[in-house]
Amino acid sequence: MSANALTPGIAAGRLHSDDLHQNFADLHPPLGQHEAQVAADRCYFCHDAPCVTACPTAIDIPLFIRQIATGTPEAAAKTILSQNILGGMCARVCPTETLCEQACVRETAEGKPVVIGQLQRHATDTLQAKAGHPFSRAAPTGRRIAVVGAGPAGLACAHRLAMKGHDVVVFDARPKAGGLNEYGIASYKSTNDFAQAEVNWLLGIGGITLQHGQALGRDITLAGLQADYDAVFLGIGLGGVNALATEGEEKTGVLDAVDFIADLRQATDLAAVPIGRDVVVIGGGMTAIDAAVQAKLLGALNVTLVYRRGRARMNASPFEQDLAASKGVRIITNAIPVRVLGNGAVREIEFAYTDDTLTPTGDTFRLAADQVFKAIGQTLAGTGLPDIEKGKIATTGTGRTSMAGVWAGGDCAAGGDDLTVTAVAQGRDAAEDIHATLTAEG
Amino acid sequence: MADLTTDFIGIKSPNPFWLASAPPTDKEYNVRRAFEAGWGGVVWKTLGEDGPPVVNVNGPRYGAIWGADRRLLGLNNIELITDRPLHVNLQEIKSVKQDYPDRAMIVSLMVPCVEEAWKAILPLVEETGADGVELNFGCPHGMSERGMGSAVGQVPEYIEMVTRWVKQNTRMPCIVKLTPNITDIRKPAAAAKAGGADAVSLINTINSITSVNLDLFAPEPTIDGKGAHGGYCGPAVKPIALNMVAEIARSADLRGLPISGIGGVTTWRDAAEYLAMGAGNVQVCTAAMTYGFKIVQEMISGLSDYLDSKGMHSPADLVGRAVPNTSDWQHLNLNYISKAKINQDLCISCGRCYAACEDTSHQAIAMSENRVFTVKDDECVACNLCINVCPVENCITMEQMAPGTTDPRTGKIVEADYGNWTTHPNNPNRVAAE
Repeated sequence: MSANALTPGIAAGRLHSDDLHQNFADLHPPLGQHEAQVAADRCYFCHDAPCVTACPTAIDIPLFIRQIATGTPEAAAKTILSQNILGGMCARVCPTETLCEQACVRETAEGKPVVIGQLQRHATDTLQAKAGHPFSRAAPTGRRIAVVGAGPAGLACAHRLAMKGHDVVVFDARPKAGGLNEYGIASYKSTNDFAQAEVNWLLGIGGITLQHGQALGRDITLAGLQADYDAVFLGIGLGGVNALATEGEEKTGVLDAVDFIADLRQATDLAAVPIGRDVVVIGGGMTAIDAAVQAKLLGALNVTLVYRRGRARMNASPFEQDLAASKGVRIITNAIPVRVLGNGAVREIEFAYTDDTLTPTGDTFRLAADQVFKAIGQTLAGTGLPDIEKGKIATTGTGRTSMAGVWAGGDCAAGGDDLTVTAVAQGRDAAEDIHATLTAEG
Repeated sequence: MADLTTDFIGIKSPNPFWLASAPPTDKEYNVRRAFEAGWGGVVWKTLGEDGPPVVNVNGPRYGAIWGADRRLLGLNNIELITDRPLHVNLQEIKSVKQDYPDRAMIVSLMVPCVEEAWKAILPLVEETGADGVELNFGCPHGMSERGMGSAVGQVPEYIEMVTRWVKQNTRMPCIVKLTPNITDIRKPAAAAKAGGADAVSLINTINSITSVNLDLFAPEPTIDGKGAHGGYCGPAVKPIALNMVAEIARSADLRGLPISGIGGVTTWRDAAEYLAMGAGNVQVCTAAMTYGFKIVQEMISGLSDYLDSKGMHSPADLVGRAVPNTSDWQHLNLNYISKAKINQDLCISCGRCYAACEDTSHQAIAMSENRVFTVKDDECVACNLCINVCPVENCITMEQMAPGTTDPRTGKIVEADYGNWTTHPNNPNRVAAE
């Protein structure tokens, strides 16, 4: 007898594979040709458009939408990709409801923005379905640059440097490139192995060598890279995970949400991924939502997301919160974990209600739990890095660190939100600065 | 509630909405459906002389222009007059008219420019019990190459001659349908009047090529690699047609000549505008071809509600109301000063007014760092472009400056008195003010 929602403990195969397939299908299916045309026609082509200002990569959104509306989606894609080489993934994972679409004047006018993210995907999908790569490299400069981390920041940096004529070597600790695009995003946001397809497409420009299984501090050192290359870009992300610092945290079944998400993305058979019957997720960001929603989609009976502050303070957007609610995730706010109970494996977790200053009110409650996912933030890991500011690598606007010849961007760098699109912008801008610096050196 | 019954040159219909001579009125089946749907009358698709019928192309007959969401804005066609035998059409006309005696049944005609041809067909039409005839002097494609349609409509002398033949050979009221493919619509209208026409109807379709196929390098619609110009109609032509109706309605020589308004009538509002501009009724085609016959229900309810809201009892109360206010430019009041005003509560900060004004007009809109857009009264000439490009209705309005106040653009005091170009000091041909 196979498992079902009521099966106690942690079990795989709670749902039939057809249901799993449906649950993990594309969250926003691609727009058809006509849908895209209609959606594009809604754009007002604003002057100095607010959506562009709201985009961390400053994509010329009115222009690319007009290019779609006039039947040239590939030109639209070039407009997008010239600013954001990972425009395909950003179209899927950007919290557009808090960025471009929130700024859209039609959101102001009618509460219904132009669906910029879906239009962007329409354009980039169209172009990336064609063979070839739309950008070409400048004449070789003879310069070699090391990029550490094949996530969004590193890839964006590498592509821009390659385009400028430099040779780039990208080092990554994991077996696959893509960083959080590959390991850190809910499966229903990036279906059909899109992250790898996008990396392969990006590498189509040439001049970029990927070296997998190369971890900074283990296989390579910053000093070594500085010695061997003309410049170094650090896009190493946040390798550490915050601990709960709660009694009983070490019990079996208490896991890091990022690992759960990564394992799920790498799973070839969703029916083989084990999930608890009673799942508790602790945290209030995108990672917490991604973990909670996917736990539910895998067939967990009860999934509860517990956040220490009020709803308004959650990093997850209202759209993400609503998505979780619509999938049946219960959200409890103003509560902190006090202790994890259980005999070896987690059985219950006790929370204390808090006020807005995080002071316990004295009221507590317990939730049944056979699996607890911690999603309370990640930390920068590593030693010998450039100067640190508030736990991240301190940078100037263009990614310069305290070390000469070393730039940094993405989640590991201070400044900006921890978003794919922000990482792309930082990687791109650092590449421009590296290029300008190397060119000025003559 | 207003009574929409219309009497147009003695032809009564329950409402002023007729279907124009076109594919929707080509046969009994369609016309019965139209009458069931509520249309006040039809102009049966043009009949030609007896004998082997004309032959249409077997490739596409229509080309189109679309707006957002493929909303059809303009349609062009290369279809000819009816390609069914004359006797079949006549039988069907008679049958339908018998069953719908309260609806207007007009028969469109196009036969060669010889009196015998007209003498031959008119008695046959009379015999059907039809209420009148419409002379198709407008068809701009195919038939015009054979000396008919717009080939006649472009020569006022021919119009007068043929109209006279018709009036001499039938008791039926005669409407002359005019082609817009001329320079001054008043000339053919005057010729029709001189020939004894009871009314004119306008406009027929406009010579057009809707688009060029950029793969085939041929006009659309393309037939075996070639295309020909067609006749353009639909919402896009309404402004052209309205002007031509106005030209006739306000002409001293033509005043009182009944007009059946045609050209892009899509909603009750379009129809009301034609009536206000002097048309006694309207004819519709493209809207029906786009949405089906049911649209007449919206036209009926909309016009009726509008007439009620204006305290009018019938469409006749509306006819011609805008004609006295349709003027020549030289008589417009140059002392009327207005300024654009942006309602900040309605503004959605798209900046289209700013781009339009700054790039293409008078640099009269200011943009603040936080995207607040305001009109610079000292630069605004009240051109209206900002209003036309604003996506929010009534967000920008034109506010009249009160007489006695100073126009910050010119530094001059706004005059209370009317003053136009004919008496303006800058006009070398000015006349003394009365």
